[in-house]
Amino acid sequence: MTLKQLSVFLENKPGRLGHPCKTLAAANINILTLCLADTEQFGILRVIVRNWEKAKAVLEKAGCVVNVSEVLAIEIPDHPGGMESILAILEPNSINIEYMYAFTLKRGSNAVMIVRVDKPDQAAKALHKNGLALLDASAFFTLA
Amino acid sequence: MNTVPIHPDSYADFLTPDELHRIQLFRLQTVVQNSYEKVPLTRDRMKERGLNPDHINSLTDVAHLPFMQKTDLRDTYPYGLFARPMSDVVRLHASSGTTGKPIVVGYTRDDMAVWTSVMTRTLCAAGLNQMDVIQNAFGYGLFTGGLGAHYGAEALGSTVIPISGGNTERQIMVMQDFGVTAIFSTPSYFLHLIEAIEATGTGFKDLKLKVGVFGAEPWTDAMRAHIQDRAGIKAYDIYGLSEIIGPGVATECCRQSGLHVFEDHFLMEIVDPETGQVLPDGEEGELVLTTLSKQAIPMIRYRTHDITSIITEPCACGRTLRRINRISHRSDDMIIIRGVNVFPSQIEAALLKVEQSLPHYQIVLSRREGLDQIEVQVEVTEAMFRDRVSALEQLQKKMSQAIEHVVGLRANVRLVELQTIARSQGKAKRVIDKRREGSTL
Repeated sequence: MTLKQLSVFLENKPGRLGHPCKTLAAANINILTLCLADTEQFGILRVIVRNWEKAKAVLEKAGCVVNVSEVLAIEIPDHPGGMESILAILEPNSINIEYMYAFTLKRGSNAVMIVRVDKPDQAAKALHKNGLALLDASAFFTLA
Repeated sequence: MNTVPIHPDSYADFLTPDELHRIQLFRLQTVVQNSYEKVPLTRDRMKERGLNPDHINSLTDVAHLPFMQKTDLRDTYPYGLFARPMSDVVRLHASSGTTGKPIVVGYTRDDMAVWTSVMTRTLCAAGLNQMDVIQNAFGYGLFTGGLGAHYGAEALGSTVIPISGGNTERQIMVMQDFGVTAIFSTPSYFLHLIEAIEATGTGFKDLKLKVGVFGAEPWTDAMRAHIQDRAGIKAYDIYGLSEIIGPGVATECCRQSGLHVFEDHFLMEIVDPETGQVLPDGEEGELVLTTLSKQAIPMIRYRTHDITSIITEPCACGRTLRRINRISHRSDDMIIIRGVNVFPSQIEAALLKVEQSLPHYQIVLSRREGLDQIEVQVEVTEAMFRDRVSALEQLQKKMSQAIEHVVGLRANVRLVELQTIARSQGKAKRVIDKRREGSTL
């Protein structure tokens, strides 16, 4: 029930973000959602795309260093306390959230969050047991 | 001993100490006599010390003679140190001068024969023979590397491809199509080739390459391990310098533990780089070489600025030629940062400790408010890259601590994208010193 996310190493200087984005555009790959983490010196661009293998190949050919990781796409009730309900499931299971970012589209009355945790399989089970929907790749991509 | 056929010239690698010393003394007396008669600079300096060629009665007497320096070649540019008329000189080479004029070296026909012979012995020690197809990626031209290695390989009977340096795509095509079994290049250029070959998809498994002969710049055992592991070849270190003859002064053998000096042609001493005093065998110091058979430009007690030590134990390969340790650094590529002596090889060793493989790096020195700053730029490889900022910051911190541990100075480690540090086609440019330009001192 996990999605593949690509992370690209970037130096934190003007124009560097453009390089992977242009590369993906040239290969006709649409970025479904992205998140940018940065420090003073470097950053990590994280993207979710439909065909991650192809995206990884074109990025590497363009000289990027790419890392593939598994993330969860969790449907979260889009109302006050929605986020809290997720944390209430993960925290008692000692699952650590490393980072998360929101997906741009809604699914019905729910929002979709991309979450990276240290134990994805355990997290998926715990969320499932508590009736929260996880989107697999096909469900996720029909949204986009 | 391995079963590889030994070239006849290589029998000189196995002389008894008595035989060797007899040859060395005879040749030393001849070269000193010759220099005294034909080279004014040498004669004047010997006279100043009340010396004449008759004072050389044993090999240790060489220590009485004055040193020669690179500046002597520069000051007498172009032909001031030549001991033979130009009609006897069949070849000139020149080393790239970083300041102004280059230095010029010449060879007589006999010098060419000696050079060819020591290079043949070098390649024989690396296990090469007439069955090998050799891609010579040392630069051809005024640089001694390309042609020196070329003549040696041809005399050995190998098939030589004189491809010279650069043009990586063509290098790979030749390596694949011509059934290349051995390559000569600088270690830094071969690292670049490894990256390019791995990017082809088929990598090294379809290649016949089994031996690499590397020289012309200092490298480390860790770099060798990296090259041997990634390329699946045996990597040998060779040593030489234009002022003495070019490549072919010393070489590793199949044991890969220290470089045998061709002592029948080059007399070696290790001296204290500060005082010039001869050091006992085994102590680290500056290598000083005397050419025992060179005719066109005899060099007497030439200060190489290369730091090494003599290995006193005999080598398991059976060669009786004594060995020197891999040249770890030069006494003059030392950088002084905040008054501390630092060698790029120390920073390289620190990076290797953290990553276990050698990332591409560059040391950038600058000055801020009168204080030297060291920045070590390290290219992030796939193996190093983590999806978490904290993991990368941790890596930076570890590298910075490892450098501080080795050199005693705090360095700012900057992670940079792949292929952003200039790749050398020749010698690696490891240090960028911006301290003089536009400093805010």
